[in-house]
Amino acid sequence: MESLGVLLLHPVNAYLEQELGRRCRLYRFWESPREEFLRAHAGAVRAVVGNANYGADAALIDALPALEIVASFSVGIDRVDLAKCRERGIRVTNTPDVLTDDVADLAVGLAIAVLRRIPQADRYVRAGLWKSRGDYTLTTRFSGKRVGIIGLGRIGQAVARRVEAFDCPVSYHQRTEQASVYPNYTYYPTVVELAANSDVLVVACPLNASTRHIVSREVMEALGPKGVLINVGRGPHVDEPEMVAALADGRLGGAGLDVFEDEPNVPEALLGMDNVVLVPHVGSGTYETRKAMADLVLGNLEAHVLSKPLLTPVV
Amino acid sequence: MMASRGEPPATKVVLLLVPHKDASFHAALRERFRVLDFFASECSPLPAFLGAAAAAPEPPRAAIVVGAGLIPVDAAFLDAVPSLRCVMCLAAGVDFIDLDECARRGVVVANSGSVFSADVADHAVGLLIDVLRRVSAAERFVRRGLWPVQGGHPLGSKIGGRRVGIIGLGNIGSQIAKRLQALGCIVCYNSRTPKDSVPYRYFTNVHDLAVESDVLVVACALNKATRHIVGKDVLEALGKDGVVVNIGRGANVDQAELVRALKEGRIAGAGLDVFENEPGAPGELFCMDNVVMTPHVAVFTAESMSDLRDHVVANLEAFFSGQPLLTPVLPHSPVN
Repeated sequence: MESLGVLLLHPVNAYLEQELGRRCRLYRFWESPREEFLRAHAGAVRAVVGNANYGADAALIDALPALEIVASFSVGIDRVDLAKCRERGIRVTNTPDVLTDDVADLAVGLAIAVLRRIPQADRYVRAGLWKSRGDYTLTTRFSGKRVGIIGLGRIGQAVARRVEAFDCPVSYHQRTEQASVYPNYTYYPTVVELAANSDVLVVACPLNASTRHIVSREVMEALGPKGVLINVGRGPHVDEPEMVAALADGRLGGAGLDVFEDEPNVPEALLGMDNVVLVPHVGSGTYETRKAMADLVLGNLEAHVLSKPLLTPVV
Repeated sequence: MMASRGEPPATKVVLLLVPHKDASFHAALRERFRVLDFFASECSPLPAFLGAAAAAPEPPRAAIVVGAGLIPVDAAFLDAVPSLRCVMCLAAGVDFIDLDECARRGVVVANSGSVFSADVADHAVGLLIDVLRRVSAAERFVRRGLWPVQGGHPLGSKIGGRRVGIIGLGNIGSQIAKRLQALGCIVCYNSRTPKDSVPYRYFTNVHDLAVESDVLVVACALNKATRHIVGKDVLEALGKDGVVVNIGRGANVDQAELVRALKEGRIAGAGLDVFENEPGAPGELFCMDNVVMTPHVAVFTAESMSDLRDHVVANLEAFFSGQPLLTPVLPHSPVN
């Protein structure tokens, strides 16, 4: 695919960038001012590669008349204007499945970290407080806690299977109940009811118009002063200012957050809180998974160039 | 030294030889038994307290003890309070109790059974995920405001498919294994003897286990055979991509060797809840992002404290009503 002009929106992965450079005609979007780049190269771009934070919005799609395919280095494609792509006949691919386990592992790791205060206890030791102040406080057990999952897709199911090994009863909400598929999980028709019946609420659904701020003030208050919110979806799934306020005044017990509304910016107030665990969008952040994601992007581009069926098409 | 108002039958007299219990623990005991609390008494040293208790019209028939209380339950102790017929230990480990001597005298011994197992297993898994996925390191990165400045955070390692060698497959080790299997790990183990009907591969020694493992989890009791069971040879066998998780006892691991191996990059990381010479952890580890340290907290959740209280009461009630203990410890039987 040496003649395929690929526009990489951001330096998302060294291996991916290296392979794109080796196998395609690679353009790096961040190397020159946007308008200058588009004037010079817009007509040569047939493929765009972005990720969770850098996508092909309507403006960019309009500026690339030769665009044939958007291959996202992510499973969530909320930053790609899918309607525009359908309109223009542009294909869209993502990276499902290869990152499912990593994201589910992180969700469980965050839940344990929040309830058992592992990063906080680690800070306590590093600050010399174990010696000077004595024993750390009691924390909260994770095993047996009621886990509510918003979205029982690939990632949601992977979370469910993991927490079952900790004897956690699993409940869920999504558009449809699938009682025959999940006889051991309890379905709730609304997120508020799910939250009211959960100790740990995990966001694992895609971000779209109907799931924006699906974790509202009402949901967080239903989860309650002992409840823990785990977000491994997208920042905009949660009403972030309401969450910060609820955590600050104890209406929400704690949170483990991998995603934020305005990454890489994290609300200042959270940085001073002791009942939260904050990580910088590392859900798929392992060497193994990022390579698998990169190979999937490359495989999709190659299939496109060879007019073969795309590996993981969304559009 | 005498117990507070005694509605409970005077025959249910219990020596409490354990420091630092919370109010609800004391309340639960006092509701049902007459409690003689050494750490609240004015009668120290211990021999005077025990002497006074033994000489009372209704001497104690049970004693609540724990290893960290530093009171060995040996022949001398049992001689000092000959009325004792039951020893209730608040932990799983009973190394400080002379089980043979107790058996000789017809004194029954109970321990904490599996009260703490789930919490310790959860903590071990939490430490493992933290080290492999760099959770605490990433947390520090965010809290220091580095995300907008430096962009990406270093990648971690995938957990699924990783070979985890568990040293000690008792209550705790088994619970760890079950959780790690759900995370896609391949579990193997070493134990004094192989366990029937577990699906995990058994290794007769820890060195061979380490050769075939990416992560070693120490979940065994501390005794003569397991002191420094993870030492230089085992660390070398584990290798430079290997990770050690210790929720046993600090002395299960040769700490000086571990620190050296971490400093020299001969192993990849460690998740440690226990250390030699607590409180405190080796300062050389404090600047390392591939190490997670917690201050011996694996058992300490609000739920386990409440479960322990119920467990102690249930064992003592069983004893006082002539029933068998719920979690008896016999001489030469595995503590786990």
